[in-house]
Amino acid sequence: MAKKEYSFYPGCSSQKAASGSNYQTSVETMCDVLDIQLNTIPDWNCCAASIGYAEGGELPRLALSARNMALSEQASPGQDIVATCAACWLATRETKERLNADEELMKETNEALAAGGLTVKADQNVRHMAEVLIEDFGFDELGKHVKKPLEGIKIAGYVGCQTNRPFGIDGESFENPKYLDKLVETMGAEPVENYDKKVSCCGGALAFSEPEKSQALIKDIIEAAYDGGADMIVTPCPVCQLNVEAYQNDINAKYKTKFNMPVVYYSTLMSVAYGKDRKQSGLDGQIITPKQLEEIAK
Amino acid sequence: MASDAINYYRNNFLKEVEANVEEGAWVKMCMQCGVCAGSCPLGNAWEHTPQKIFMMIRAGKRDEVLSSDAMWMCTSCYNCIARCPRELPITHIMHGLANYAHRLGLAPKNQPTRKFATMFWNNLTKKGRVNELKLGIALYFMNGLVNGIKVAIKAMPLGMSMMKTKRLSPMEILGGHGIKDTSGFHAILKKAREIEDAKMKKFD
Amino acid sequence: MADEKKIGAYICKGCGIGDRVDTAQMVSIATRDAKAHVAKEHEFLCNADGIKMIQDDIDNEGVNHVAICACSRRAKVEAFNFDNVAISRGNIREGVIWVRPDTDEARETTQEMADDYVRMAVTEVKFMERPKGNEEAVYNKKLLVVGGGVSGMTAAIEASKTGYPVHIVEKTAALGGAAARMYKGLPMKAPYDAPADTGVADMIAAIEADSNITVHLNSTLTKTSGAPGRFSADISTESGSTTTENFGAIVQATGYSEYDASQLPELGYGKASNVVTQAELDEMALAANGGAIKTKDGKDINSVVFVQCAGQRSDKEGHLDYCSGHCCQTSIKQALYFKEQNPDVDTNIIYSDLRTPGVSGEDFYRAGQRNGVTFTKGEVAEVVQDGDSLAVKFKDLILDEDTAEKADLVVLATGMIPNGGVNIDEVGQDEPGQFTVNVDSILNLDYRQGKDLPQLTKGFNDSHFICFPYETRRTGIYTCGPVRRPMDGAQAIEDAVGATMKALQEIENAGKGRAAHPRSGDLSYPSFRREGCTQCKRCTVECPFGAIDEDEQRFPQFNEARCRRCGTCMGACPVRVISFENYSVDSVGQQLKNVDIPDEFEEKPRILVLACENDAYPALDMAAMNKTEYSAYARIIPVRCLGSVNLIWITDAMNSGYDGVILMGCQKGENYQCHFVKGSEIAHTRMSKVDDTLQSLSLEPERVETYEIAITDIERAPKLINDMAETIEKIGLSPFKF
Repeated sequence: MAKKEYSFYPGCSSQKAASGSNYQTSVETMCDVLDIQLNTIPDWNCCAASIGYAEGGELPRLALSARNMALSEQASPGQDIVATCAACWLATRETKERLNADEELMKETNEALAAGGLTVKADQNVRHMAEVLIEDFGFDELGKHVKKPLEGIKIAGYVGCQTNRPFGIDGESFENPKYLDKLVETMGAEPVENYDKKVSCCGGALAFSEPEKSQALIKDIIEAAYDGGADMIVTPCPVCQLNVEAYQNDINAKYKTKFNMPVVYYSTLMSVAYGKDRKQSGLDGQIITPKQLEEIAK
Repeated sequence: MASDAINYYRNNFLKEVEANVEEGAWVKMCMQCGVCAGSCPLGNAWEHTPQKIFMMIRAGKRDEVLSSDAMWMCTSCYNCIARCPRELPITHIMHGLANYAHRLGLAPKNQPTRKFATMFWNNLTKKGRVNELKLGIALYFMNGLVNGIKVAIKAMPLGMSMMKTKRLSPMEILGGHGIKDTSGFHAILKKAREIEDAKMKKFD
Repeated sequence: MADEKKIGAYICKGCGIGDRVDTAQMVSIATRDAKAHVAKEHEFLCNADGIKMIQDDIDNEGVNHVAICACSRRAKVEAFNFDNVAISRGNIREGVIWVRPDTDEARETTQEMADDYVRMAVTEVKFMERPKGNEEAVYNKKLLVVGGGVSGMTAAIEASKTGYPVHIVEKTAALGGAAARMYKGLPMKAPYDAPADTGVADMIAAIEADSNITVHLNSTLTKTSGAPGRFSADISTESGSTTTENFGAIVQATGYSEYDASQLPELGYGKASNVVTQAELDEMALAANGGAIKTKDGKDINSVVFVQCAGQRSDKEGHLDYCSGHCCQTSIKQALYFKEQNPDVDTNIIYSDLRTPGVSGEDFYRAGQRNGVTFTKGEVAEVVQDGDSLAVKFKDLILDEDTAEKADLVVLATGMIPNGGVNIDEVGQDEPGQFTVNVDSILNLDYRQGKDLPQLTKGFNDSHFICFPYETRRTGIYTCGPVRRPMDGAQAIEDAVGATMKALQEIENAGKGRAAHPRSGDLSYPSFRREGCTQCKRCTVECPFGAIDEDEQRFPQFNEARCRRCGTCMGACPVRVISFENYSVDSVGQQLKNVDIPDEFEEKPRILVLACENDAYPALDMAAMNKTEYSAYARIIPVRCLGSVNLIWITDAMNSGYDGVILMGCQKGENYQCHFVKGSEIAHTRMSKVDDTLQSLSLEPERVETYEIAITDIERAPKLINDMAETIEKIGLSPFKF
């Protein structure tokens, strides 16, 4: 396949020494194998995620994503904008759709952007990396690059919220999307059938402000993975990854559980299956080590 | 009886919400099925479910709605939007109501998500990108110094493991990530805020 | 030659029949035992060659009675359709090979089954006559429409467009009905977002311009007699003059009256000022004609509360316990009257369940919401005067609190009461030959069973809302609009089109002497042997359709065109003088007598199953398609309705040595599914007395069972047969085997 190019919006958590830096490492490795060129939006800014609304309000919040789109239109015109973070994708795509649907809002947004010397057309598609993999490559193509099939590993595909709702992946249901399970299968591992908490919420940003309530949700997500016989959880979302992996000690303390469930990114799975080493696959970023993956990546 | 009855079930507050709350024009379209309430991951933690909030707006209960803790329980999971048979953008309406209550100063004072949201916004707008370390520290101390130390100590093992896996850096305290064109960025946000403020309609 | 019966029996070997049973033996049974004149087998009877073989015998050999022993009478109906001959069907496929295992042990009993069905088919056709048709059939294209509201006017316009002349009889001085007293109607066209013109003026204009439609205003029916094709109606004006017209069919569209709101003092009606009903508000809006609607004392209205389900959907004494269907949308419409005038008027619709059926209803509901109408799920406890305005006290069911709202106007959504005429179950009948006009009656029928249509439930006129809408229990008289069930204007129009189509079909059927639903096209009709009749009146009383009057000598007088051919009269007759050409006490009785009853030493019981052809027989056919096995001892005879089962068949079966009898009919009672309304119920009543007969024969009562079977009972029906086989095994064979 010919090289594919996208305008890339990495997002705050992907930065060096940030909570999703290992996601970024594995995405880069995966893209290298698939011959994807990611053209990072120059001087991109934060999207305000799903918590910026309270202080930011409507127009300032939309202006954040509009600035990124304006910069992308300048640097990589005609390319699709691709995000790896669910919140980044959602905020940017929502802004695009709102601007396209509402002339008044488009006018106001451009008025604001003009203060920073920018204009936005909002004419680039805004896509999640998972969409790119499924729609532009397809499972057959993704499977062709597998060098070390992840045999004997049972994985719960935790899609979470914002990769799934309100936009989701075209052709998938909100209640039971299947693409992550198919990807797990494509990489040679075994997906957990009927994973009960596949699209349940981990608490998102409320993991910080309402830790008790969120950890109760996270507990259910992990418990369901154990119930399904999972060796690990895979997710496409950096907030899901962090929330589900990082609080297991707290949850164990509170609920007297003995959770020790690794939570990895799909890009980590793919990098390992594609024969890359521990570091290239971002495995060094795991708080809870997925031993079977480590073994394969040796 | 007569005086109590006089202001209820009038359209006044609904009109205010339509004018000033993001996606507020949708509130009147709720058909009271309750699917949102049943779909919310923190539904049981809400003082009033979205279904009730919508009815309270229609019943003219301005103070009770704007001072409610309810909207602040939204995790932004979008389940309510995905399932609403009337296709109301419920998540956005909840965000919009929270923001409106916050701007009017009527939102509950010590609501943790309200405080965290302000910190988050201030953190990201300062340099254009989020500084996770500073945000985390601010979060630990949001309920005062003593409590903050307790929380921070409790969170120590997590912080350490995040650093060990290079997913959190102590160097961020010295400045950390940011965009280059901060002045343009701030000008854009200022202008956006001005436009939004100018549109806000006065209601008492 | 033409009058002499010549029976041809044709045995099919297709669909595996030839592999499973000895068809050559069946051919010889047809001729030797059952005395068919011709008997042939064929590899594939329903193909062109097989059909030709039968047709050749009809054309060349004089065969005029045909017994086809192949698949069920419900299959291949079109292929096995021969003109000018009587036809019976022996069910060898669904009735034998599909319900029996293909094993060596089963072979003998399977063959016995097939042989019996050949005997039965040939015997049945032997006792059938080819229906000659009704020589008294009258073709009259004229349609009578009773009621000149939206439903009636639609019926008239649609019938006229189709080429049938129409007379409308309207009690008041003008056409238009309830809709003419409304400012606007519900929207009938996309996007269904605003009150729309009622269309009444256009309809009236269309009718006035149509020379095919005659309108009788200020008129009522003082007598309606006859039958489909030959109805005679006395149309009398207020001033007392009467004209008599003949009609082919009748559509009754007499609409509804509004529930009397003065029975709702708790909601302030008649006590507080400015509490009105929906109909009254529409009259106010009509008077305002697009201007601001004011209170009766001329004040501005700034807030309106609509109270849904006022005195309806309620179990309280004096309330209506049903939903009137239109009221939610009517309140939306009326709230929009105010919003169109002034968007700042507060309108609150307090409902317990908002019901806006159909696409249009949901769109209209949304339009109400978009325009700022408030919808509150609540229960109104009380409406009281509060100074100049009103206080509505209610419980908000979403917020779960008792609350109140102040309003300038309160509108009560009261229900619809059908204008259905007199309840004939409660009104005494005129003596034969006598007739007095009942002013409360709408049709003033001179029928033996009363002056109006029998009411199905709560005063509404229909015979079954779901299975056969518009059909009433008076053949040729169809109802539509709110007299049939509660509905809104758009539904009434649709309803009128449906009822009119039914009426026109019946005009055509009556003209040709054919039956209406459900035995559409049947040319036979009941006749009776006058000299045997004891004038017991059972037939005239039990006929579900009031088809049988009494003549002046008190003999039954069959009105063929009113008859649905269910045979309930035949089942009722204690002296068995009533029969149809193609269905009689003998055509069934001789079949069951010609089944071969093995003697008791063979230990092969026989079970007679009389199965209603509408539900039970198809259920058994479907069980056969699923290859559900049942006892080889069963012999199934389809009947038109369980109501047609004459007790003599049961007695004959017992005397012939059958070990058990099962009757399978449709569901009876309040939620009946009987296609002839009362047939199954009557049969159950008759059978409740069969125990005496059994006791007189010293037989166990469990040898005869009567069941209600739905068409979906494809597992249960065969199981009931097997249960009977088990019962017989327990209690032993009948002693009546000779």
